[in-house]
Amino acid sequence: MQEFGYERPDCIEAAVGLMREGDTRALAGGTDLIPQMREGRRSVGRIVDLKHVPDLIAVFELPGGGLSIGAAASATIIARHARIAADYPAIAASVRLIGSVQVQSRASLGGNVCNAAPSADGVPALICHRARARIAGPDGAREVELEELFTGPGRTTLAPGEILTAIVLPPVLPRSAAHYLRFTPRREMDIAIAGSGVWIRLDEQGAIAEARIALASVGPTPIRAETAERKLVGERPSRALLEEAGRLAAGDARPISDTRGSADYRRSLVSVLTARALAQCCRSIGVEVDAP
Amino acid sequence: MKALIRCTVNDEEHVVLADPRDSLLELLRDRLGLTGTKEGCSNGNCGTCTVLVDGAPVNACLMLAAEAQGHEVVTVESLSEGTKLHPIQQALVEYGGTQCGFCTPGIVMSAKALLDANPRPTEDEIRHAIAGNLCRCTGYDKIVAAIAAVAATEGE
Repeated sequence: MQEFGYERPDCIEAAVGLMREGDTRALAGGTDLIPQMREGRRSVGRIVDLKHVPDLIAVFELPGGGLSIGAAASATIIARHARIAADYPAIAASVRLIGSVQVQSRASLGGNVCNAAPSADGVPALICHRARARIAGPDGAREVELEELFTGPGRTTLAPGEILTAIVLPPVLPRSAAHYLRFTPRREMDIAIAGSGVWIRLDEQGAIAEARIALASVGPTPIRAETAERKLVGERPSRALLEEAGRLAAGDARPISDTRGSADYRRSLVSVLTARALAQCCRSIGVEVDAP
Repeated sequence: MKALIRCTVNDEEHVVLADPRDSLLELLRDRLGLTGTKEGCSNGNCGTCTVLVDGAPVNACLMLAAEAQGHEVVTVESLSEGTKLHPIQQALVEYGGTQCGFCTPGIVMSAKALLDANPRPTEDEIRHAIAGNLCRCTGYDKIVAAIAAVAATEGE
């Protein structure tokens, strides 16, 4: 590993100022960055430790009932946060899938997003919840749909010098629920070979008013299963409907075959995981549907 | 260029000259001589380097020594008192939850973190808590039984 400088700013402005120079990396949990540096996959001249910027680790209510999650807040903090556990349980559950307990003590949801692995377990639930990403950079602050950050494996729209500062969640809507399911070849400490995050909202008559499905590990970025979403809207939940949505989601997936799983297997996993996640959402809203 | 790092390890203040590239693991083993914490993979997969940082279990190989500045680190050395083993260590011995012993310090620290936060864990919670600790020898069941036994006798 080449030598690098280590800085510990105490505010966002200072952090952004330090990020200006080339080969500078933001450090939150370090659970992706440090191994990448050791393996020579990233060249780093300077590390900016974000964990001592209060605004970057804070979780707080927004006016209007939404929630802001600091980009450097750890998975453990997020999973145990009372408001997140109560109102956004799919996000709490998702971060508990990242790595291990030891990794979760350090790894940040913001880092999971910015590392932009297609298999990132924290991401589908965020996309389903319509999370937005707040970014600070040399040209000021901007806010985008979190889903739009991803441009390819390991790549985001963050420009040099920019850092993700917060993940913003909208208020929870009545009669809505989200759920994320993934499949890993081993039970623990493994990377998902397929993941399906789902969010639905039922109208007062019990039909699906809105549906969002975000798939992990079956494309170069997390992808929305829009054909499946369109099938669901306007229909009342039933086992047959959920299974059909699962099949359509499998068709929306664009997996590759690699040593960890074949494309066919990943598609079939998407089909089952999507249907099961939808069934879990229905149950959370109080509608019983047979789980496929 | 070396940097001065001030941190608390096992309740003792240390001021250490470290290379900025040093991990917390290297600081503990090479600079402070606390070799109870082991190096297994250096990329956060095996958990043999598990220590507590401000009470939370962490892979010391994934932390820069510089990040430990201002924090409290607890390593396995702090658990036993002379030759008197900590209950978790004693249980692992009695239940056959240790063979070669290489994963054991990390297992002990993960178990301690679990029981400190959750004195009466279910079997699933125990298995989740040690999921980040790989063991090639025991097959895990005796480790889980040992931790459950400690919980049964120590938990209220």
